[in-house]
Amino acid sequence: MSSAAEAPKVATVADLLAVAYQIEADAVDRYDLLADQMETHNNPELVRVFRDLARAEGIHRDEIRRLAGDIDVAAHAQRVAKWQRGESPEQVNLGEAHYLMTPWHALQLALVGEQHALAYFESVVATAKDAGVKKMAEEFVEEEAEHVNLVHRLLRKYPEPPDSWSVDDDPPSQQE
Amino acid sequence: MSSVDMRLACKPADYKSDIKPIWCPGCGDYHVLMSFTRAFAELGLPSEDIVVVSGIGCSSRIPAYTNCYGFHGVHGRSLALAAGLKVTRPELTVVVASGDGDGYSIGGNHFLHACRRNIDMTYVVMDNHIYGMTKGQPSPTTEPEFDTALSPGGTGLRPFHPLVIALASGANFIARCFSGEPNETAAVLVEAIRHPGFSFVEILSPCVTFRPDEKEWKSLVHTAPVAATNDPAKAARRIMTDDGFNIGILYRGDRRPYRPAIGAASVDLSELEKDFEL
Repeated sequence: MSSAAEAPKVATVADLLAVAYQIEADAVDRYDLLADQMETHNNPELVRVFRDLARAEGIHRDEIRRLAGDIDVAAHAQRVAKWQRGESPEQVNLGEAHYLMTPWHALQLALVGEQHALAYFESVVATAKDAGVKKMAEEFVEEEAEHVNLVHRLLRKYPEPPDSWSVDDDPPSQQE
Repeated sequence: MSSVDMRLACKPADYKSDIKPIWCPGCGDYHVLMSFTRAFAELGLPSEDIVVVSGIGCSSRIPAYTNCYGFHGVHGRSLALAAGLKVTRPELTVVVASGDGDGYSIGGNHFLHACRRNIDMTYVVMDNHIYGMTKGQPSPTTEPEFDTALSPGGTGLRPFHPLVIALASGANFIARCFSGEPNETAAVLVEAIRHPGFSFVEILSPCVTFRPDEKEWKSLVHTAPVAATNDPAKAARRIMTDDGFNIGILYRGDRRPYRPAIGAASVDLSELEKDFEL
């Protein structure tokens, strides 16, 4: 994740909505990509988990679009929602994917993404000069904190798998 | 439409094809594909004006995953194909994708001469220090002590240093990137494509299946602390003395690209075909 200095500058409520929209849109793309990977590699349980996560992020994205009213957040995001380094906060690390990963692993990735988003909006609250931006960023902080709690609650349903989770007696790729 | 409007109108998704990649989950090449599409969107290029040429290997699947024109060529010959394409269709943006096996071993000779010739195209090598597609044989960039069933005790061979070789052979732009930083990689690709002449971008792209140790690269890479130089001697010193994880544009030369004079076709293709009739 990028540091606050490398994150997009938010001067107006429209900027904030655009950045928030992009964060959720990026998360949808990333979870769908992971679901596609799991589909290709025949891990149907994870396909469902990643599709569900993509759907949830899509609902957040659409809520932001509704909240923005007449502002075309998707177009505005193309101008302002640019990270100088790293990626937008909820873009989970593709490098952590594994064809045998379990729901626990998927939720760990989601948790990191939500925590990064929370940290990002907290940084906006801390640095906002505009009262409207600060107020809306505080609402996003509350929302992201709730998402973090939600992932923690889901993790209670999916305990950490044993260390042998990645052992495959017949792996698709191995040296012979 | 102005170039700025065109750029804003282009989204990375516009450059993705409907074909789903079959790389292993966790493979760095997913991020490289993202960097390609982000770079194309940033440049605002119509997809029909871009050609992605490749050879053979995991990395060389990439043309199929873009909706640009593509050519999935033969092993190690992507640069020869791309050179022919660029000199005859100079208006096209030609990006060549390869891996460390395809590009440095089978295609090693083409690499030297493509750098020397300095045709205006961009060569991207996804380096994972292994032949992934054929199950983990050592490649020219594999460490000498890398010990596997296919290379017991390691090869004992000094690894190839692609950036030094590119510089010595005449590449006009040299950069190193890390796949796990797709925005930074996209920004370098934009610069590489815009820079006249032969641009060489090495992307460290971990193979999670045969080199799970490469997941550590994420913590080893670091941004080049100084700006790119146009002085080959300074660049050589920098590249020779870095730790192999220095990320950024390392050399930006000012050699004039090779542009052969192409006359009107003087051969009637139907006549030519007669020569090859069986």
